[in-house]
Parts: sequence; structure tokens; C-alpha cells
Amino acid sequence: MSAALRIAPLIFVAAVFQVGAVAGSRVLGAEPDLLLVTVIVVALVAGSIPGAVAGFAGGLLVDVMTLDTLGTTSIVLTVAGYWAGRYGETTGRGRPYAAPLAAFAITLLATPAGVALHFLLGQPVSARAAFATLIPSAIVNALLAFGLHPLCRRLLTPRDRFGPHTREVGVV
Amino acid sequence: MRRRLVVGGLVVLALILVTLSFREDDEGPVSGAQSAAAAALEPFQVAADRVAEPFRDAYAWAQGLTHARADANRLQRENETLRQQYARARLAEQENARLRSLLQFRSGPRFPEGFDGVAAEVIYRPPGAYAQAIVIAAGRDDGIRVDDPVVTARGLVGTVSRVDTKTARVTLLTDDQSAVSATVLGSEAAGIVRRGQGPRAPLTLVRVPKEAVVHVGDTVVTAGWRSRRFSSLYPPGILIGNVTSVGLADTDLFTQVQVEPFADLSSLEAVLVLVPSDRGTTP
Repeated sequence: MSAALRIAPLIFVAAVFQVGAVAGSRVLGAEPDLLLVTVIVVALVAGSIPGAVAGFAGGLLVDVMTLDTLGTTSIVLTVAGYWAGRYGETTGRGRPYAAPLAAFAITLLATPAGVALHFLLGQPVSARAAFATLIPSAIVNALLAFGLHPLCRRLLTPRDRFGPHTREVGVV
Repeated sequence: MRRRLVVGGLVVLALILVTLSFREDDEGPVSGAQSAAAAALEPFQVAADRVAEPFRDAYAWAQGLTHARADANRLQRENETLRQQYARARLAEQENARLRSLLQFRSGPRFPEGFDGVAAEVIYRPPGAYAQAIVIAAGRDDGIRVDDPVVTARGLVGTVSRVDTKTARVTLLTDDQSAVSATVLGSEAAGIVRRGQGPRAPLTLVRVPKEAVVHVGDTVVTAGWRSRRFSSLYPPGILIGNVTSVGLADTDLFTQVQVEPFADLSSLEAVLVLVPSDRGTTP
């Protein structure tokens, strides 16, 4: 199965759960962002381009479902996915704490970016409410990423990657 | 180079969508496509909501216990509520109870005259702390229009800020942009209910004259004023909340009144939209 076919249902489920179940609920005083964390984890596992595309598609789904201005969440998540992917391809490669670290840092940047975009569009947003939960949300997202990263790696990485080689060696 | 091209292309595409979506009105093709897609995705959202509900209840139960340890009285009340919630094992029963309470409110003496109540399920909750709005499963086809007041059996929730054919967006009282002219029952005090400063008092009654007498525990309701050309969006007498504190300094021009809303805005499941009786349901 190609990577796109593995990533698409993951992003769809994350977006639906984010809007339908996770959004608005508070965990330890924070508002977890399941979709953002999923996009980051997908980008770390699959790379910057799949990460950016996943962010764009997931953001678009959220904008459609919440009847928000189309594209606002997409922009933020596209850039978030790209950054996470580049981090995974360069300095974060092979580091055990890359996922929580990326989730923490990107949450700190993505939330103000979302507020700024809505503000630029003249939509009512409360920066005070967003910033009040920023640090706890970043911590909760980091914990979420810690759990989601191995799961995503298992789902997105082909299992029989070196199968043909080992069989060939066996014959020799 | 290819990476940058792809990301740049996606960002440009998103900006085009933002521009198209932002510039056209609710009747435009992009908005229409968005409404159709939202309607198509609604079943998935309902399924997600139902899957997550037991976990939400379990989390609320656990959180309630922690808080209750600090306050014995609250422990008793919250335990009762949680036991009731736990007893409702089947989702159908929950939905039934919610709609029944709305029906009782609609046919009861507190329901405002000259209005019909359109019952609607809350399908999307705020995507972030900065957006105090919900989306409900009723829209233009049900006779709902922008600025219609939205209530629950407990009290005022907010106003409709955007309407599509099957869904509508409701801006909550706790949004920075919300303002409701209100009065305190049993007192001459009147003012405007706005978003409060902290989590303990989500709402504030501002512009209350210094000489007005307001006590903790007083009930705040909508004023529902009417002049020759203009009138308040809200009918008079809708419950808003309880006064939790009254602040008055010598240098202040107005009394600061903190208000706790009756309606639990953080866990809305179903609401009633107040539609003028003479409007009808045709678009």
C-alpha cells in the first residue's frame, strides 16, 4: 500500500476526532490538538512533503467541518507539517525525543499563527484565551506525540522492507 | 527545490481558498461547496462524538473526584451528577432526556412570547480557546437567521453568527464580541453582559450605575429593550446567570458585577434557537 493511502485515513480520522470529540475538551487545563500532533508525527515518519500535504488536507477538513474561512487552518498545518518533516529529515533524524520536542515547539508557534491569521481576516478571536492555555497545551501535545509517534511509525512504515534481501542471502 | 515548490504551491492554494472564502457571501459557490461537504462529513463527526463520549464522561468523572476532594459539599453534588451520568448507559436515553428538557422549556411559562424554538444538536465545539463558537445541526431551512438568540433550558447561550442551509454557527456569550443588555431581577440595576476576566467568572455585567443595589446571588436576565426603530436582539426575561461578586471602588464610575452563566457553555449538547413566530421557515 502506498504511503498516501496509509496517511489519508489517519489524517481523516484525526480531523474528524479533533473537531467532533477533542476540540473544546480540557485536559489538565490544556486543549490538546490531535490533528496538529498527527500531522507532525506523520511528517516526522514520512517526510516534509507528505507532512505538508497531510497538513493542508487535514486543515481543509477542519475548516469545512467548522464552517470557518477555508484555508486558514490549512496554511498553519501545511507549514507545521513541512517544518516537522524537515526537522525529521535533518537534525531530528533518529532522535528518540524528536516527536515530543517538535510537537511542543510547533504548538508554541502554530497557535499564535492561527490567532494572527484570524485577526488579519477581521474575525473575532481572543488572544488572551489562546495564550493562557498555550504552554499547557504544548506540554499535552508533546505527551500526545510521545504516544502517537510509535503508533504512526508502525502504521506508515512498510513491514517487509528487507524481506527480498534476506531471502536472497539465504539462497546464496 | 521540489520540496519548496510543493509547500509553496500548497500555501498559495490555501491563500486562494482563504481569499475566495473570505470575499464571497454565504450564497456563493465556495460557501455552497463547503456547506455540502460539511453536511457529508456530519455522520463521521457524529460517530466520532459517540465513540469519544464514554471517554469524555470518564475523564469528567475523574476530574470531578479530584476537585471534590478539596470541597466536601461539591463532592456530594458532583458525585450525584456523575452517578446520574454513569447510569445513563445508552446514548439514546441521553439524547431523549436532553430533547425532553428543551421541550419542557419550550412549552413552559419561561419561554418568551412571540418566538418559536428550533431544537438543534451541537455538532462541533470550539476548535480552540480563542474561538468561542459552536456549530449546530439546524440552519436556514429551519427558519434560522443571523442574530437569532440561542438558549438552553437553563439560560442564554449566545446568538447565531452564520447560517448555512443545514447548519449554523453560534457565537457564545463568552466570546469577546458578545454583548447583551441585561438587568438584575429585583433591582433597578441594568448593564451589559460581556466576557469576564477569569475562569471563575466567565461573564461580567458592566456599565451598572454606582448607586444600583446588587447582591451576590441575584439573578441576571436579558433586558429586551425596544425603541422606535431599534430593539434588542434578545427577548426580555431570558435567564443569563447568577451574580457571584460585586466590586465597587470609590474611584470607579460603575459597579463591576461578576456573573456565572446558568447554561454550562463548555459542554453544550443541544440548544434551542429562538425564531420569531411570524417569520416562518421558508428561506
